[in-house]
Amino acid sequence: MSFYIDPHIHMISRTTDDYQRMAYAQCAAVSEPAFWAGFDRGTAAGFHDYFRSLTDFEPRRAAQFHIRHYCWLCINAKEAENVTLSREVIAMIPEFLHMPNVLGIGEIGLNKNTRNEATVFQEHLDLAAKTDELILIHTPHLEDKYKGTRMIVDMLKNDPRVKPHRVCIDHVEEHTVRLALDGGFWCGMTLYPTTKCTPARAVDIIEMVGTDRIMANSAGDWGKSDPLAVPEFIQEMKRRGHSEADIRKVVYDNPLAFWRQANNWKEWPPEPSRNGTATPQTAKAGY
Amino acid sequence: MPLKKRSLTRATYPLATMTPLPAARALDQYFLDARSRLLDVAAILDRVGRGGGAEATVADPRMTRIRAAIEILLGDNPNRAEQIQKLFSLEYDAGWVRPQPRL
Ligand SMILES: [Zn+2]
Repeated sequence: MSFYIDPHIHMISRTTDDYQRMAYAQCAAVSEPAFWAGFDRGTAAGFHDYFRSLTDFEPRRAAQFHIRHYCWLCINAKEAENVTLSREVIAMIPEFLHMPNVLGIGEIGLNKNTRNEATVFQEHLDLAAKTDELILIHTPHLEDKYKGTRMIVDMLKNDPRVKPHRVCIDHVEEHTVRLALDGGFWCGMTLYPTTKCTPARAVDIIEMVGTDRIMANSAGDWGKSDPLAVPEFIQEMKRRGHSEADIRKVVYDNPLAFWRQANNWKEWPPEPSRNGTATPQTAKAGY
Repeated sequence: MPLKKRSLTRATYPLATMTPLPAARALDQYFLDARSRLLDVAAILDRVGRGGGAEATVADPRMTRIRAAIEILLGDNPNRAEQIQKLFSLEYDAGWVRPQPRL
């Protein structure tokens, strides 16, 4: 069995047992975007503590299972309706950007496609541009997704500082995947019951658009979701007869290639393989 | 009722970048999934219809969309999933007022 990466999972909402099961399934690394905490936080101090959890506690909890933990920082779209609070949180983010597991700004985006959400999205782009951070983008769910993804792509294209190869548009589905890929962006498919993509549909999408600049994630969070959704996607790829190389590209090489552009990135130390040669791709202990 | 002889797949699928399963194998592997999900939809429509005030739901825009989605299933376009996604999507207005970057 080969290693995989879950590039979008909210471990703060998962138990330590989940880390253990993910380790059994050969999870090498995860990245955890800053998101909603199951309730609206009342103060910027609440986000300060959350960012400490993302940059300090979670990487240590993951390391117990030899899973590398990375994260993204922002105020999520769901709470961005409060522009004053959002600005306080955005002002605090630079304090954490140098932490070794921080990959960039995310998951910023839209939720209900409101004017305030768009304002706060643009202000995150302004922040990211200052230090050329990688950007991870949440697209809305259900009936809001198509419109919201179009609006997000409009804002990205309207900002000359945005480099598409440093942006990943997440939660793409059949009707939005090409909006991301045609714009030169990376994209993520989220395997999530009812409201997003099933593993089978995600493989259908791969069959239609190919394996470049695309990855799969579980988004495991407060809702009914499965932290082992990426291994399920791998099983579906195998069931269709797709090659190990194609599977590995989507669940390992692609997320790693995207992350490697991060300002704080440190290459993983090589791990000796069975025949004694170094295999850096499968290294998975510590930072 | 005999099934209308209408192509439910389509021979001229747009060029895929990866090799999909041969059609007959895909049908073997996914027939029971399709059957089960069609039954789910049928049972949901029956459930709505059994409840009090069912007549009022006939004109509900969600029911209209479900019927339109079923029409899409009967078509032979190669992108039925994408079409159904768009059917259930809000309209996008290209002229929306964007916030401007602080360059
Ligand atoms: Zn998320």
